[in-house]
Amino acid sequence: MKILLVDDEVELVSALSQRLGFRGYEADWAASGDEALQKVKENEYDLAILDMKMPRYSGLELRKMISELRPGMRFIFLSGHGSEQDYLEGSSKAECYLIKPVSIEQLIEKIEAVSC
Amino acid sequence: MSIMRFIRPDFWNADHESTGPYKNLFDYQRIWRLSFAVLVVVSIVPLVMMAFVDFNVTRGSVESDSLLKTERLTSNARRSIAYFLNERESALKFIVKENSFQGLMESGRLEKILASLKDSFGGFVDLGVIDKDGKQLAYVGPYELEGKEYKGQAWFRQTEKKGTYISGAFLGFRDVPHFFIAVKCSGEDGCFYILRATLDTSQFNGILASMDISGGGDAFLADTEGIIQTPSSWNGNIFEKVRFPLPEESYNTKVSQIKYNGKDQALVGYAYIEGTPFVLLVVKPLSMLMASWEKTRDTIFWATFMSAALIVVVIWIVSSYMVERIYIADLTRSKTLQKMEHHNRMASIGRLAAGVAHEINNPLAIINEKAGLLKDLFTFSKEYEADDKLIGLIDSVLRSVERCGKITKRLLGFARQTDFKIEPLKPGEVIDIVLSFLNKEAQYRSININVTVADGVSSIETDKGKLEQILLNLISNAFQAMRDGGNLQIGVAPENEDEVVFSVSDDGCGIPEADLKRIFEPFFSTKKNTGGTGLGLSITYGLVRDLGGRMNVDSEMGRGTTFRFALPVKHPELGKD
Repeated sequence: MKILLVDDEVELVSALSQRLGFRGYEADWAASGDEALQKVKENEYDLAILDMKMPRYSGLELRKMISELRPGMRFIFLSGHGSEQDYLEGSSKAECYLIKPVSIEQLIEKIEAVSC
Repeated sequence: MSIMRFIRPDFWNADHESTGPYKNLFDYQRIWRLSFAVLVVVSIVPLVMMAFVDFNVTRGSVESDSLLKTERLTSNARRSIAYFLNERESALKFIVKENSFQGLMESGRLEKILASLKDSFGGFVDLGVIDKDGKQLAYVGPYELEGKEYKGQAWFRQTEKKGTYISGAFLGFRDVPHFFIAVKCSGEDGCFYILRATLDTSQFNGILASMDISGGGDAFLADTEGIIQTPSSWNGNIFEKVRFPLPEESYNTKVSQIKYNGKDQALVGYAYIEGTPFVLLVVKPLSMLMASWEKTRDTIFWATFMSAALIVVVIWIVSSYMVERIYIADLTRSKTLQKMEHHNRMASIGRLAAGVAHEINNPLAIINEKAGLLKDLFTFSKEYEADDKLIGLIDSVLRSVERCGKITKRLLGFARQTDFKIEPLKPGEVIDIVLSFLNKEAQYRSININVTVADGVSSIETDKGKLEQILLNLISNAFQAMRDGGNLQIGVAPENEDEVVFSVSDDGCGIPEADLKRIFEPFFSTKKNTGGTGLGLSITYGLVRDLGGRMNVDSEMGRGTTFRFALPVKHPELGKD
C-alpha cells in the first residue's frame, strides 16, 4: 500500500514515513500542499494522511484538490487542533480524524480500517 | 423588613470608601441624610409657618376682640353716667326755671321739691338755696347747714362763672360718699342764686355694677386727680389714689394697655366725663382675656408637634426604604458585573487552554515520532543492536508523550465544550476524566479517593461538559474542606427508574447549620478574604438545574459534608424527540 504523508512539520513526516516503512508501508512525504500535489501527479497512492492546518492550503482544500486528481483515494486527517468545527468537517469528509500526538499502533489500526 | 432594619438599614454599614472615584454615588448615608433633611425641611417648615400664622392671627383677633369689647363697655358706661348726671342737672335747671327765688324760699316748698326729686330720680340727699353772697338761705336735708357761708369756696366761684358745677365725691358727716350738683339761676338785675343738691354715689355703683365685666374686670370712677370715687374690686380703696398713672385726658372712649404691679399687663378702657371731675376706668387683666386664646394656642402647639413628629417618622421610614432599595439595586448590579467578569475570565481561560494545548501538541507529535523512530531503528534495523536499557528509556519517553497527549486532549475537550450537547455517557468514565485533573493534588495531599459506581447504572444522557464541571467543582470544594490524608467518597447509584444520584462525600470540616441554607446563594462565601467569589456552588447548582436535576447537601460540623445531585437518565429534551 502506498501512503502519502503531508505535514508542514518536516521532522514529523520524515520520521513517520520511516516508521511506516519499517512496518511494511511504502510512505512518501511532502512538506507542503504544492509538493503533495506534485507527488500525487507523479505517483499513485492509496491513502493520504493530511495535516488539517498547513500554510497556503488547509487539509480540507488539499483533500479536494487531490480528490480531483485521484478520485479513488482515501484520507486520514491529523490535527493538533481541537476545534469543534474542524472535527465535524474532518470527520464528515474524511474516513478518520485523529488528534496529535498519535501512537503508531493507533495510526496503523486506522490505516488498516480505512484501506479495507 | 423588621423594625430594626427601618431604624438602621443595611446600607448604613455599606463600605463606600472602597468604591473609588465615584464614591459620592455610593455614599448611601449621605444620600439618606440629604433626602431626609430635604423632606423634613419642605414638610416641617410650611407646617410650622402655618401654625405660626394661625397663632398670630388668633392672637390678633382675640386681642382686637377684647379691645373692642372693652371699648364698647366703657363707652356704654360713660354714656350711662353722663346721662345720669345730665338728667339730674337738667332736673335742677328745670326747678330753678319753674320756681322763682321767692317761690323756693316759701316754707315747705323746698321740702316738697326734695321729696319729688327723691321719688322720681332717686339718689338726692339734700337741697339748698344759696344767694349771690354765698349764704345758704334755705336748706332741706339731714344736716344743719342753713346759714352756712360758701362765698370763698372754689366751687361757688366756678358755679358763678359757668352756671353749673358737679363736684367730686367726698365723705361728709354721714361717712357715706357724696357729691353735689350746683345750678345757678340769674335774675334780671345781675343778682343770682344757686340751687345745690347733694347725691350719694350709690347710684353710680348701681350703674357700674350692672355692667357686664367678665373675667376679673374692674370698673370704677376716679376724679381727674386719680382719687378713686366708687368702690373698686382690686385697684384700691375709695378715696385712695389709683395704682397706675391716669391716661391722658380724652372725652372720647379710649382703650390703652398699661402695666400694673410692675409686670402684669392690663387693658384700660377710659373716658373723661365732660363737665364733671369724673373719669371712668374699666380695667381688665390681659391674662384673663387671653386665657381662652392660650387654650387654642396649646391645641395648635400640640397638633403641630404631633404632626411634625409623625412626618419625621414617616420620612425616616420612607427615606430608609428608598435608599435601601437603591443600595440593593446597586449591589445587584455590581454582582451581575462581577458575574459577567467571571464568565469572561472563564471563557478566556478556556481559549487560552485550547491555544496552549494546540501549540504543545505539534512538538509533542514530533517527539512522539522521533522517539518512535528511534525505537523502530533499534527494533527493525540490525545496524543498531537492540539494547534493553535504551528501549526502556525510549518507552518511558513514549509513555510520557502519551500522558502529555492525554492531558492536552482533555484540555482541548474541556475548552471545546461550549455547546450544549446531550449524549449518552458512562458516569464512571466522566468521573475518571475529572479525577485525572485532580489526581496530582490528591497524591500530594495523600487524599484517599474511592469511586463506587453501583450496578445498574450503565449510561445516562446528559451534557458531558456540564457534568464534568459539576463534578470538578464539588470535588475541588471537598478537597478544600479536607485535611491532608482525608477520605473522599464518590458514588453513583440509581435513585429510581428515571434518575441517577451522584454523591460526593468528604470527611472534612463540615458546614455550620446557619450557612447551610445559604450556600447555594450567589456571592455567599466564607472565603471572601482569601479570594472566594461565592459563585462556585451557585454555578454548580445552576448547572444541575440546566441538566434537569436537583441538588441537596448534608453536613455535620467536624464530620464532613455530602453533596448529592440527581440527574435524569433520559434527558427530557431527547425524550421529546
